[in-house]
Amino acid sequence: MLEIKNLSFAVDEADREKEIIHDLSLTVEDGKFIVITGPNGSGKSTLARLIMGIEKPISGQILFDGEDITALDITERAKRGISFAFQQPVRFKGIRVQDLLRLAAGKNLTISAACAYLSEVGLCARDYIDREINPSLSGGELKRIEIATLLARRTRLSVFDEPEAGIDLWSFQNLIRIFEKMRGEIKDSSIVIISHQERILKIADEIVVLADGRISRRGRPDEILPALIGKNAPKSVCEMLQ
Amino acid sequence: MVKLDAIQKRLISEIADLHSVPSGAYNFRANSQLAGRNTTANIDIVSKADGSGIEVRIKPGTKNESVHIPVVISETGIKETVYNDFYIGEDADVVIVAGCGIDNCGGQDSEHDGVHRFYVRRGAKVRYVEKHYGSGDGRGKRILNPVTECYMDEDSSMEMEMEQIKGVDSTERTTLAELKSGAKLVVKERLMTHGEQNAVSSYQVNLNGAGATADVVSRSVARDDSSQTFNARITGNAPCSGHTECDSIIMDRGRILAIPSLEANDVDAMLVHEAAIGKIAGDQLIKLMTLGLTEAEAEEQIINGFLR
Repeated sequence: MLEIKNLSFAVDEADREKEIIHDLSLTVEDGKFIVITGPNGSGKSTLARLIMGIEKPISGQILFDGEDITALDITERAKRGISFAFQQPVRFKGIRVQDLLRLAAGKNLTISAACAYLSEVGLCARDYIDREINPSLSGGELKRIEIATLLARRTRLSVFDEPEAGIDLWSFQNLIRIFEKMRGEIKDSSIVIISHQERILKIADEIVVLADGRISRRGRPDEILPALIGKNAPKSVCEMLQ
Repeated sequence: MVKLDAIQKRLISEIADLHSVPSGAYNFRANSQLAGRNTTANIDIVSKADGSGIEVRIKPGTKNESVHIPVVISETGIKETVYNDFYIGEDADVVIVAGCGIDNCGGQDSEHDGVHRFYVRRGAKVRYVEKHYGSGDGRGKRILNPVTECYMDEDSSMEMEMEQIKGVDSTERTTLAELKSGAKLVVKERLMTHGEQNAVSSYQVNLNGAGATADVVSRSVARDDSSQTFNARITGNAPCSGHTECDSIIMDRGRILAIPSLEANDVDAMLVHEAAIGKIAGDQLIKLMTLGLTEAEAEEQIINGFLR
């Protein structure tokens, strides 16, 4: 279970502190699929990065399975069972897809096991397993490999920062299928997704709407979605393509 | 019969991935002495009359054969310069594995300067692998100054892999290549320096015939207080194409000077150079840390991949 208590985060901007997250509290119970949405600049990605430890809060606490992890670094949080999918997946020179999957799994991974993760995200394993994670891969390919690394980790908490950003329509259909599958196999782990996507919002157990670094609303999709449709967020696929 | 002691065997396994005597032709040199040699029906190895090195003669049409010529030095204070010439006959297709390992536990410098000349005849294909490695905790330095010269006839091709990852205190590498029409040269250099090591690598590639191509790519990492200079020049004297790239990771207090340069003496010479020096990107470290690696482990993975 993830508990965020009175969390605040600020950045220095033009010699003054600008607060991005204000006294935010949120609990993600085990077995839950939570989607955090809200307009650009509302602090969604910052919140995701705070959970992973990439950013440090100025005040407040983060508890994971009852343990205060606020002071722990990224590595320690990862070891305790938190994983993170980047909005812009990182590129490397020389590191291959199979290397990244092996590092994610934290053990020697057989080629067939690595291939299984790639197949799950809709990539033909044979074509990708030896590819370098460099700029020769498209945004959609990188995104799917990024998700495959989270599948290989299978942690108690998975955080996805805008998984739909920068991918084509074909990849998007596939992405929805992956999340539906993850949703079905969630058991006692939990998933937090930062998203604008109506179809991702629809499969959530709970939608959390952020505005100006605060939670403005939260509830089941049938409670939240009708009010959101037609506003800035969420966007439908058609709107995205316009 | 090859006679090597335990240290020499360890050095051989580092530089040539050899754990036993290789099949095919070989010439082992240990502490300036011949330690073993084998020739085949197609590949002959003879010592030069003046004792300055060896000649490797590969018959035309020789296919899928290999030559190993490792050098190991395990005594302190040895300084040697060796001139090895390779004659690769027309349409041959061979692998040549060279390399030098120095273990210096003593107080005096040990130095091996290998001058390798390749005469690659028409249509021949050569893959040349050269690894350098140093070990030992003596005060004496481990010094390697290799010179490689390639004279490539029409439609010949040569792929060179040069690697120096550990333990060599000082190195000055010079590579010269002369390419006739249709000849193709690919160079892949991997270099890592640490401590107070210094490495200089210079290339002069002359594309003299129509359709000659060269691709010289160096990837290097400079750690601690080490310094590196990469100086690659491609000269196009005919309708040809050449590319040189130097990509470096700088760490700690390392210093890197990259001087890629191009010279075109023909209007149809297409030459490109690229150079990049930078520290490890922060987001690369963060990504690997989110997989549970410590910062030091992440750094190691990034460097290993980069130097692959």
